[in-house]
Amino acid sequence: MSAAAGTTAAPLLSVREISVHFGGVRAVDGVSFDVQPGEVFTLIGPNGAGKTTVFNLISRIYAPTSGRIEFGGVELTRCAPHEVAGLGVARTFQNIELFEHASVLQNLLIGRHTHRRTGFFGDLFFTPAARAAALQEREEVEQVIDFLELAHYRDSLIAGLPYGVRKVVELARALCMKPKLLLLDEPSSGLNVEETEGMAWWIHDIRRELGITVLMVEHDMGLVSKVSDRVLAMNQGQVLALGDPATVQAHPGVVEAYLGGSQDLSSLRRERA
Amino acid sequence: MRFLFKTSYAQDIALARHEGHRFWYSLLVVLLVAAPWLLSEYGLAQLTFVLIYAIVGLGLMLLAGFTGLFSIGHAAFLGVGAYTEAVLVAAGLPFPLALLCAMLLAAAVGVVVGLPALRVKGIYLGIATMAFGFVVAEVFARWESVTGGNAGLQVKAPAIGTWSVDDGVSFYLLCLVLTIVATLGVLNLLRSPTGRAFVAIRDSEISAQSMGIHLARYKTLSFAISAALAGLGGALYAHMIKFLSPDQFDIVQSIDLLLMVVIGGLGSVHGAFLGAIFLIVMPQAINAAKDFLPEAIGMAPGLKAAVYGLVLIVFVLFEPMGLYGRWLKIRTWFSVFPFYRRGMFKRQKSFQKSERLR
Repeated sequence: MSAAAGTTAAPLLSVREISVHFGGVRAVDGVSFDVQPGEVFTLIGPNGAGKTTVFNLISRIYAPTSGRIEFGGVELTRCAPHEVAGLGVARTFQNIELFEHASVLQNLLIGRHTHRRTGFFGDLFFTPAARAAALQEREEVEQVIDFLELAHYRDSLIAGLPYGVRKVVELARALCMKPKLLLLDEPSSGLNVEETEGMAWWIHDIRRELGITVLMVEHDMGLVSKVSDRVLAMNQGQVLALGDPATVQAHPGVVEAYLGGSQDLSSLRRERA
Repeated sequence: MRFLFKTSYAQDIALARHEGHRFWYSLLVVLLVAAPWLLSEYGLAQLTFVLIYAIVGLGLMLLAGFTGLFSIGHAAFLGVGAYTEAVLVAAGLPFPLALLCAMLLAAAVGVVVGLPALRVKGIYLGIATMAFGFVVAEVFARWESVTGGNAGLQVKAPAIGTWSVDDGVSFYLLCLVLTIVATLGVLNLLRSPTGRAFVAIRDSEISAQSMGIHLARYKTLSFAISAALAGLGGALYAHMIKFLSPDQFDIVQSIDLLLMVVIGGLGSVHGAFLGAIFLIVMPQAINAAKDFLPEAIGMAPGLKAAVYGLVLIVFVLFEPMGLYGRWLKIRTWFSVFPFYRRGMFKRQKSFQKSERLR
């Protein structure tokens, strides 16, 4: 895949030696990686490896114990959590975090929050400027609705939608932010085979047609090898391997982390006297 | 069944979505304007109270129903508005200016109370606001040089220069205009980014934050708007009741206000109005029913509180969406007849939530 080639270009996201400790637990321990503009970069690893924690560090839900995260030349660790979105980082959640008692359209409009142009009093009196802004936002949102084929669900309440559709709505809401970097936390979890395939195409299109860099956490190796340019394998908060999908999958450390080493297997075997 | 033929995005942000809305709400406004000539003096006074409580309800609805922050101390904002109005009008300030000051002071107090809301959630916020309510009620009772303490405070009729709003009809019309303005303001907020940010905070704070919504700013804003509307309602209440004493703004009043929005239907503007009607009509209904009840029940002290409690329990159990939710169901039943299904409004149980942070 071509987009990954330019390792000499300035990285869009640069994570340097980040660690976060919760008491004695080292959830993430000295992890470093760069994400180049225009690539799809995937984090893999067994449960509890610290993948989602890395996401939460980038979106500033957690503060790192040490280390630096630079996004487009801005030091993220010095930003307030809500400022990260304004810089152009959008994310989805492992367990869908949509606004349940609002319609799909309203959810997507909330995704436009970082682009709001009206103040409180403009909103209160619904001035002509506020009206124009509302119509403009709607145009933007409709483009995403077209892109992800959500027109049918536009006015449905989230609370009544099936899981697979919610997953797409969450992706749509992130796209409405017009981000530079999209963080996808397990985009295929809870989806069936067809839906996963659909998701793979959308990730592909997001990168190719919208030019958005994607950083994702994913367990489905089929999806990972289909769309990723580079893969980072983690275990117990540390980096195991980094490279293209095939190399990482073949890495002995990765195999051991997922399946356990051969000596582990023998230790599990029941001894027969 | 109505089929909406949408041809422009402007239709989705219009306040009245179709001819039905336009017709019924125009009719409602006409009836309300004509009310002084249709109702008895007593009926008009009750309607004025409904409007005043509806303004307070709108504020609390914005806070509890749309931002998801429950306040069990809202009577305090009502009181701050009422006393500010009474004191300023007595000092000779023109009425609109006093009204504005009452709103601003209540909003300022709201911001102060909103600060703990940034740290505590749910039931703990309820306790914090309740404690605040007690503090304010105590201040009303003890700060005798300003509030007259437990002896109470007389309120002058609202006046601008020599023109005074002292009869029931003109005061009713004043309340009506302010109610309409407040309602339009709230509706405008709800169809714009500010209102959507409130809804986002209500449904998922973690997600709202990663959409770039400044949680502290919007929660404080919600408290301020809510308190300002309560202050406006309080100022009108002061003129309506003409005599203020601290016991009008105690915990029972706060609970009545919360009851109003819950029974009206959390998360709907209609709910604030239906709740206000309930709050005013219910005591009348209980009084009327007393004559038909056996004496042991009809004359029992605390009958009103017991009935309110019972109604609240029934609503929480059987109609969590309140009176407005019930109305939606009835309307849907007629509009899709005979295809209404029991499960139509059933909410799916939500899926596992992300680990809540902080």
